[in-house]
Amino acid sequence: MNVSTQWLIDLVPGLAAKPEDMSEHLALRGAPVEGITSPGKDLGDIIIGRVVRARKHPNADRLRVCEVDNGSEVVQVVCGAPVVKDGACYPLAPVGAILPGDFKIKKSKIRGEVSQGMLCSAKELGLGDDHSGIMELVGDLTPGKSFVDSVGLSDTTLDVEVTANRGDLLSHIGIARELAAAGEGRIELPEIPAAHDLVPEYQTGASEVEQSGFSVRIEDESLCHRYLGAVIRGVKVAPSPAWLQARLRGAGARPVNNVVDATNYVLLELGQPLHAFDLSQLGGESIVVRRAQREENQFVTLDGETRVIDTDTLMICDEEAPVALAGVMGGNNSEVSDDTVDVLLECALFERKGIRATRRKLGMSTDASYRYERGVDPEGLRRAMERCVQVILTTAGGELDGPILDCNPVPFDSIVVELRLSRIEKLLGIRFEADYVEELIGPLGFTVESEMDEVLRIRVPGFRSYDVTREVDLIEEVARTHGFDKFPETLGPQRASSVSDHPLFQLEDRLRAALVGHGLFETQTPAFCRAGEGDVEVLNPLTTVEPFLRSSLMPALLRRVEYNLARGNRDVRLFELGTSFRKRGSGEPPLEVPHVAVILTGRREPPHWSLADEQFSMWDLKALFADIVDRVYGDDEVTIELVGEASPDLLDDRCCVSVCTSSGDVVGYGGRIAAEVYDVPVWAGDVWSFELGLPPHPSKATEVVATPLPQFPASERDLALLLPGTVTSAETSESIRRSAGPDLESLEIFDLYIGDGIPAGVRSVAFRLRFRSATKTLKDKQVDKNMRTVLKRLEEDLGVRVRD
Amino acid sequence: MSDSNPIADLRALEEEAMAEVRMAHDREALEKVRVTYLGRSDGRLSGILRGLADLPAEQRPEVGQCANQVKAKVSEALELRQMALSVPSGESEVDLTMPGRSRWRGGLHPITQAVDEIWHIFRDLGFARARGPEADTVWYNFEALNTPLDHPAADEQDTLYLVDSVLLRSHTSPVQMRTMEANEPPIRIIAPGWVYRRDTYDATHTPAFMQIEGLVIDEGVTFIDFKATLAEFARRYWGPDTQIRFRPSYFPFTEPSAEVDVKRVITRPDGTQYETEWLEIMGSGMVDPNVIANAGYDPERYTGWAFGMGPGRIAMLKHGVQDLRTFFENDVRFLAQFSR
Repeated sequence: MNVSTQWLIDLVPGLAAKPEDMSEHLALRGAPVEGITSPGKDLGDIIIGRVVRARKHPNADRLRVCEVDNGSEVVQVVCGAPVVKDGACYPLAPVGAILPGDFKIKKSKIRGEVSQGMLCSAKELGLGDDHSGIMELVGDLTPGKSFVDSVGLSDTTLDVEVTANRGDLLSHIGIARELAAAGEGRIELPEIPAAHDLVPEYQTGASEVEQSGFSVRIEDESLCHRYLGAVIRGVKVAPSPAWLQARLRGAGARPVNNVVDATNYVLLELGQPLHAFDLSQLGGESIVVRRAQREENQFVTLDGETRVIDTDTLMICDEEAPVALAGVMGGNNSEVSDDTVDVLLECALFERKGIRATRRKLGMSTDASYRYERGVDPEGLRRAMERCVQVILTTAGGELDGPILDCNPVPFDSIVVELRLSRIEKLLGIRFEADYVEELIGPLGFTVESEMDEVLRIRVPGFRSYDVTREVDLIEEVARTHGFDKFPETLGPQRASSVSDHPLFQLEDRLRAALVGHGLFETQTPAFCRAGEGDVEVLNPLTTVEPFLRSSLMPALLRRVEYNLARGNRDVRLFELGTSFRKRGSGEPPLEVPHVAVILTGRREPPHWSLADEQFSMWDLKALFADIVDRVYGDDEVTIELVGEASPDLLDDRCCVSVCTSSGDVVGYGGRIAAEVYDVPVWAGDVWSFELGLPPHPSKATEVVATPLPQFPASERDLALLLPGTVTSAETSESIRRSAGPDLESLEIFDLYIGDGIPAGVRSVAFRLRFRSATKTLKDKQVDKNMRTVLKRLEEDLGVRVRD
Repeated sequence: MSDSNPIADLRALEEEAMAEVRMAHDREALEKVRVTYLGRSDGRLSGILRGLADLPAEQRPEVGQCANQVKAKVSEALELRQMALSVPSGESEVDLTMPGRSRWRGGLHPITQAVDEIWHIFRDLGFARARGPEADTVWYNFEALNTPLDHPAADEQDTLYLVDSVLLRSHTSPVQMRTMEANEPPIRIIAPGWVYRRDTYDATHTPAFMQIEGLVIDEGVTFIDFKATLAEFARRYWGPDTQIRFRPSYFPFTEPSAEVDVKRVITRPDGTQYETEWLEIMGSGMVDPNVIANAGYDPERYTGWAFGMGPGRIAMLKHGVQDLRTFFENDVRFLAQFSR
């Protein structure tokens, strides 16, 4: 909401006038000011110049030589604008003036003609983008007078942010009320210059009113609670006088003509939308407020757009057809034009939700709909109507034809809310006395009707009837007007929370620490993905590029790797913790599973002069994967298995493993990213990745029971075994573990050899077995016996023999 | 040597030798120590070993063993000292100015770091972390939070829908209701998590971003507790000199509602200080009685307060990051800047 500070000062006589102070006050009242602008600030040197006569430049086709009245004399100014009208007024920068951008005007000769100043375009003055021509000024102007004062640019505009509950602040009077309550001012509507007294008469009725042949009928009272119509005959549509234009400009509005400006003036001053119809364009002298009929499925609004409407849409109609989208925008079939003589002025109260539904359906928002949606003052219609009539009669002439019609099928009843002083104390922590409460909220329009047993009965003014309906709403008003900053900040005793820290956060913390310890960087990526990367679709995505929610984090990580490689970052080690979404039954929320994913490419260690660079390999990935799996599923008997062709799309079938829990669920995959699914520079090495589902509610890990450290020495035996191609190291290890007896403490593989000296297709794998007893020093004889058993089983079960 | 104790002599010699090794500050001095004690011809230890023959036969093995132990110990000390004295120099065999062998260093995402820092402060103030689904229902995201869909307040968070009544939560506030349903007061929780809005990517908006919710519900919780706790948080997070301002605002699920602003004092590298503008850091307020009632609690008995803040925005302010999108590009050169 753009607010004119001049207007505020006129509404609240004696108001502390500095815009910065107003801004501070408003911020502390809940209406922060986003910006303060003074368009006329740098234009003090500009005056009004009237072009007496303009002629073509003798030496240049595109230039004009103008004789300009600057108030004290007529000077010659050369001008490049395509159109210069004799007798019209323009902003004149005289010799010596400084324009925005520190541009000083000097006396000069242009193609042989003297130029004493410059006629300015809006752009040159910093007032807009229009530089197509010089800025023609309309209204009652005197050459030589200050341009800023004459067109009302001396005002300072505040851009006030108004929250959705405070429709009453979408008007100067609403803002003034907050400032007046902050200080000690009173609010008075500024006098309309040269206004006639208006003693209006009203013709009232419930759902239909008529007078001298003109009628208003409300057919849908659920959507229209009240409709006021005034007939003004004999207006002369013309530009508004300077004061009105200045007012509107100060509030950020663009002057149009005296009738439209009058409705905008009242809208901005009182927050009540009004609409003026050209009476001659209406079919029949009557207004019907009703929903659109089936065949009325299109309507052209005054902006020239064709709107598709339905039978829920409330329309203002004449006897035959719709003439306005109620509360949103007028129709172009009844718009006020320069030729309008008779006007029907509408001032109505439409139901909030109906207006909201309509304007949402049409995808539009106007000054009127914005205010109706947030609630206009149900008690302020007559005042707004009278004010608007008065402005029109003063600025456009004409006569009010008969009484104003006031059709009011749903009369407004103001509400009374009870406020317990005890409840204020319970919520705010300090005691407020009744007198002080009244002192705080009285200036905002609330009336204390009675007080009994520490309960105040408070009448809510109409303009606050939307957001103040409950005791707690009044308590907020008390707190706000008392000032949030006046409440102490004493930290009192607190009871301990009954809620325990969620175990998934704790698991995530541990995984983060582990992965960072492994030298990886955590990433964050949004959950949106392309088709094919998830099966949960967003109904109303903003872009069609990523309309799904991901079921896997890996694609996003891979894209981050591509991004980094494209920027020359060769060593990329990333991980992410995020949610995977999967479709469930129709209408049900998707299944959400927390995931962790890792991606690695580049060198496995920082380069060092003592080492040759080594790239990440499957072995790095597998170990990291196993480490993370152990941290998550350490209490479970998980298995890591080769996958083969069932590998996920991104992973290479030849190099992929899966993780399976003891209950048979596959919870993760890892391996080499398949070369065909990504796009990286030629110098990039393989990319390795794994992804693991996490339990949504990790159970507490079983407590560690310490094992006493061994007291007896161990015996080690190394075995170089020849494994035929069909036998895996895992099977071999498994066989050794089963047959080596209970004293086998550990088993590790320490070498692999393929090549000369062993048959083709056979691998020589070296195992180291360590035996240790908890109760005695093992004798060599015993260990040798164990080894014989191991070798026997290996040979008989797997065909594995010792390498000679 | 009939009245002497050769073992004690050996121990004394060992002690002497070790002290001299420690005190040798260059290789030359160290070589002198070696010759003095272990020199083949006239080293003191060699002398003792040569004198073994003069000892009674029953003493010989014991003294011999002890002498060998002393010799081994002194030799080892000499060797270690020798290595320590191999200072980097032109003549040295090892140039210790060569770079050391390191491991890769990783790091937490800067927004995670902000979340953690905030969490640690609230943990110290007695809060636990709670969570809820990212795809939630219209009820939890709006209606239970006193926000009818036909109210303009529902517009301010333009929402992404999955099916008719299921949406991507537009704030972490649904966790308020879910936590209240699953627990009994007293409740003191924060809920960090992703939220979603129908926004395009620009310097300050992304369609998905992190938010941290906070909720306190108990008997006797007042506006003073609310202000005091959040002011305490702000001072711990932004520094003890931080000014804090509570500004009236509007959120459908709190009443009264407040925006919290901070004004920081920043010390420049040259030691001079300046004050920032007021920075908006969170929305907050006393929990609306309708919300408390929707959770099945008696709003006459229980009161509480809540807040929501954006750790992404806070990380931007804190680290001088100009564009929120930088956080999602995840360029490792950017991430590495936060790896401390």
